[in-house]
Amino acid sequence: MNKNKMDTVTMKRLFGYIFKKYKLRFFIVMVLVLLSSITSVASSLFIESLIDDYITPMLSQSTPDFTPLLKALSVMACIYIVGILSIYFYNRIMSTISQGTLKTIRDEMFEKMEKLPIKYFDTHTHGDIMSHYTNDTDTLRELISRGIPQIVSMIITIIATFVAMVITSIPLTILVLCVLVAMLKVTENITGRSGKYFIQQQETVAKANGYIEEMINGQKVVKVFSHEEEAIKNFDKINEELCKDSTLANKYSNILMPALANLGNLLFVLIGVLGGVLAINGVGGLTIGAIAAFLNLSKSFTMPISRLSQQINLIVMALAGGRRIFELMDEEPEHDEGYVTLVYAQKDENGNIVETDHHTGMWAWKHQHHDGRLEYIELKGHIELEHVNFGYEPNKMILHDISLYAKPGQKIAFVGATGAGKTTITNLINRFYDVNDGKIRYDGINITKIKKPDLRRSLGMVLQDVNLFTGTIRDNIRYGDDNASDEDVIAAAKLANAHGFISHLPQGYDTMIDGNGGSLSQGQKQLISIARAALTNPPAMILDEATSSIDTRTEKIVQDGMDKLMEGRTVFVIAHRLSTVRNSKAIIVLDHGKIIERGNHEDLIAQKGVYYRLYTGAFELE
Amino acid sequence: MVKKLLKSLREYKKSAILTPICVLVEVFMEIAIPYLLGILIDQGIEQSNLSVILKLGALLVVAAFISLFFGVESGKFSARAGAGFAKNLRKDMYEKVQDFSFYNIDKFSTSSIVTRLTTDVTNVQDAFMMVIRGAVRSPITILFAMIMSFTVSPKIALIFLIAAPILGSLLILIAKTAHPVFERVFNTYDDLNNVVQENVKAIRVVKSFVKEDKEIQKFEKVSQSIYKDFRKAEIILALNNPLMQLTVYTIITLISWFGAKLIVGGSLTTGELTSLITYAMLILNSLMMLSMIFVMITMAMESARRIVEILDEVPDLANPKNPVMKVKDGSIEFKKVGFSYVKDPKKLCLKNINLKIKAGQTIGILGGTGSSKSTLVQLIPRLYDVTKGELKVGGINVKKYDIKTLRDQVSMVLQKNELFSGTIKENLRWGNKNATDEEIVKACKLAQADEFINGFPDKYDTYIEQGGTNVSGGQKQRLCIARAILKKPKILILDDSTSAVDTKTDSLIRKAFAEEIPNTTKIIIAQRVSSVQDSDQIIILDNGEINGIGTHEQLLKTNKIYQEVYYSQTKGGSDDE
Repeated sequence: MNKNKMDTVTMKRLFGYIFKKYKLRFFIVMVLVLLSSITSVASSLFIESLIDDYITPMLSQSTPDFTPLLKALSVMACIYIVGILSIYFYNRIMSTISQGTLKTIRDEMFEKMEKLPIKYFDTHTHGDIMSHYTNDTDTLRELISRGIPQIVSMIITIIATFVAMVITSIPLTILVLCVLVAMLKVTENITGRSGKYFIQQQETVAKANGYIEEMINGQKVVKVFSHEEEAIKNFDKINEELCKDSTLANKYSNILMPALANLGNLLFVLIGVLGGVLAINGVGGLTIGAIAAFLNLSKSFTMPISRLSQQINLIVMALAGGRRIFELMDEEPEHDEGYVTLVYAQKDENGNIVETDHHTGMWAWKHQHHDGRLEYIELKGHIELEHVNFGYEPNKMILHDISLYAKPGQKIAFVGATGAGKTTITNLINRFYDVNDGKIRYDGINITKIKKPDLRRSLGMVLQDVNLFTGTIRDNIRYGDDNASDEDVIAAAKLANAHGFISHLPQGYDTMIDGNGGSLSQGQKQLISIARAALTNPPAMILDEATSSIDTRTEKIVQDGMDKLMEGRTVFVIAHRLSTVRNSKAIIVLDHGKIIERGNHEDLIAQKGVYYRLYTGAFELE
Repeated sequence: MVKKLLKSLREYKKSAILTPICVLVEVFMEIAIPYLLGILIDQGIEQSNLSVILKLGALLVVAAFISLFFGVESGKFSARAGAGFAKNLRKDMYEKVQDFSFYNIDKFSTSSIVTRLTTDVTNVQDAFMMVIRGAVRSPITILFAMIMSFTVSPKIALIFLIAAPILGSLLILIAKTAHPVFERVFNTYDDLNNVVQENVKAIRVVKSFVKEDKEIQKFEKVSQSIYKDFRKAEIILALNNPLMQLTVYTIITLISWFGAKLIVGGSLTTGELTSLITYAMLILNSLMMLSMIFVMITMAMESARRIVEILDEVPDLANPKNPVMKVKDGSIEFKKVGFSYVKDPKKLCLKNINLKIKAGQTIGILGGTGSSKSTLVQLIPRLYDVTKGELKVGGINVKKYDIKTLRDQVSMVLQKNELFSGTIKENLRWGNKNATDEEIVKACKLAQADEFINGFPDKYDTYIEQGGTNVSGGQKQRLCIARAILKKPKILILDDSTSAVDTKTDSLIRKAFAEEIPNTTKIIIAQRVSSVQDSDQIIILDNGEINGIGTHEQLLKTNKIYQEVYYSQTKGGSDDE
């Protein structure tokens, strides 16, 4: 019952999307569908009158007069033309409606996705999110572009045919109804089973895909260990299971169509026999023409029903897909209750900060206090954490009572094992996540008061997994600032030590990057991401060093680039190699979400604590 | 191509053949029913003959039941045949992939092999089921219905004969016109998915650069072009239905006109007219089905092609005729070896490699990215074949060994190493499935893994998640080393396998190697000088060529690259130690 209600809600929303833009067109389509269905019923009824009203009378005429038939056929031809045109136009309009609706849904979904908090992306697998755009949208496409018009036309045909049948013969209609009940029972029974097995098959498919993916990805290891036979043995087992489930699922769905079609045949036969008996006994005033027409009507009655039954799977799948899509759309977006904004600023003759409308190289926080006072605070990059507690889940704290500060221009390094909470701290500073307890201040302002886009714009970021976008190298560097000139781009690349290799590429800055940077080496990608961050020229930065093994020479180039980028900025470094943290103002050693040591390199070495042991290689960093 | 695929049908051939036979009976009944009904109308109803009606009626009911029975059976058989066919295809492909060499795997890329084994097989399965039922049904229906129409009235049947091919070719024409547009749509779909994927992966970048709006615009552009193309394709396909109806209505009108004339002329009965109209409907419906099947087949063809590509791929490494079944010792010799991934002697990534390694020696290999270090060592267990020159292990050319024998004796820890879902023990037993618990513990002690394994609550029975995500990088590497040691190989190769292990553990591992397995030849690729410093020989690779060979002291004096790397790495820590 609950599920039914959910389905109704999903359906309603789906139609909401269709009506939003295409109300009139959808109405026109419905009228056209009605017209075409009436045409097909009219065609069946015509056969009745053809025999009874035109052919039989002619048989008794000595000189048959074909004019009435000719006239009737001309009228029918006109009706047919209307029917054909209606079909063409409703199909045509429907393609606009379905594709347009899908576009709206897709666009809205993406827009919504971009607004979701990082938490959503961290708690859902990429494949899961992707499938909203692929599988789920595909099922909706099938439903809207093929399903809905077909279903509507079938329902109209069924109703119109039913009315025609009642008019033609009530006893035969009763017979049809009896068979109809049988058909519905069969459908219910079979789709129930096939549905069950399809779900089961889906699970086995997922399992088989998982195994295949794991084994093929590790295929080289399989080869190195000559493990082929075992790999095949396990595969056979899963494959066999998949075959069994797939047979069951397909068996029931394959049976449905012939079962219904042949019940239709049976009905056809029964009508002939019963109709014949009734006609001979003169019950209900049945004529031969009426029987012939009824036979045709029964075909146009059962055919859509058996077709409709095939659509059931489609509808079930589409509703599931639609539900998943709407689930994404209903996700809580990232909240932003901040009101402090970042503005261009300059100092007036009295040394007061004033807002300007052009880039001056100076920025200020525009703080509109609740009492109406307007305050401008220069953007310097002073960051402070006060007694911060945080957990990704409310009952599982990751960070415990973290307090630290970075004055403008200082470099702070985080050191610690995987899971110690290094990345988590940086996630809090740019508000990918919000603290559970405690405060973070930026230039003295609580960051929850700062508008998120402005906060993030003031913080540069270089992540350990380099993510570049499809486009040229120039586009990728310019990602930092759309308005940057070509000279700015090159200057940023030079700062990041990336200019050298870029200018050696045959297409230079216009080299296309695709598939996440396929042709470039890991180190080169890192250099581009450093240049990208350099272009925004933020006063504060978060740097997550790369862990992947790049060779020593490239690493040195990357390191130099990083060093130049860090100059004069407040920087938080998540260190994976101790050689890079020595010149930090402060090194924070984290363990299980707590700060266990802090100080500069010399202090910490002198303490002979955890840092010392890490540094001397007695501990593993990762 | 189809022939090649059908080879995988095997034990399901019976079901695959029974399906169309059942369909045949079903179709035959479906054709007979209107014919008999026509007789029932003419001889029973018109003549008011009740006994004829009842007799024929009984016959018809039986016919309908037979049709029902065979219809259901064909559904069952086709399900079995389709699922079985898919199973065998997967099996054949999977077994084929097991025979692939690294060269073959690289050629296809793993993700493409996975898609072929999953999505493509499903596509072929669906199309296959459709074909064995529908592709037999429709032509046979058309044929039978034609024959029956001709028996009833050749003159009217002529109408079908003219209309059917015209409609058929028009439907195929429409399908063909729409096809390239659809192809374009699917390519645009790839673009769309690419944008989404990039955004999902790089959401932190998007958010920290505050680029949500720009990304939304980018997405809407692609989305718009899908809308445009898809709409266009569907508008072409929108011609299908009206065309079909046009034909139906034209035929009904023509039959009505000519039928009436014939009936008046006395050469046709009303019952026959009714059957003829039914046949007309049957034929047209079958044509519609046929055009649908045609579209499905064209779509599945692409998948079929991709499957056959795998089945047809010739593994480029094969066992020699009279293979050598024993590896004498762990000595290795490279003689003027050149290697190219594309087997092109002009595009060598290893050039003129000459090396002699004695059994039991420890060899270190250093070099920048792209210097082909991994490539060099992958030639030893014959994961790839040399393009030029000759490579000997134990004094015999590697190509003469039985591949399994060779690989059992040359154990390699790959750079991109994988653990599989299963317990630690299960993973380690990959090295030797008969290994006793003591042997496993010993190997783990050697690899300095025993300690942290015992730190887990479930110890050696700890479950490793897919991809080994629940152990740290350094732990994973040590487990992989232990797994390789369990093979008790004559040659052990570590391809940058201790990069995430701390320096102290790293040196403990090397010490254990020297003490516990002195007769095994050890080849160590590393980025850290400290990992190779005490090797018997250090090889400096640069751009696929040997830049220098020697001991630490020799190279420190003579080799520029070695000096550079050494000083850049030791500068950091030495003054504090």
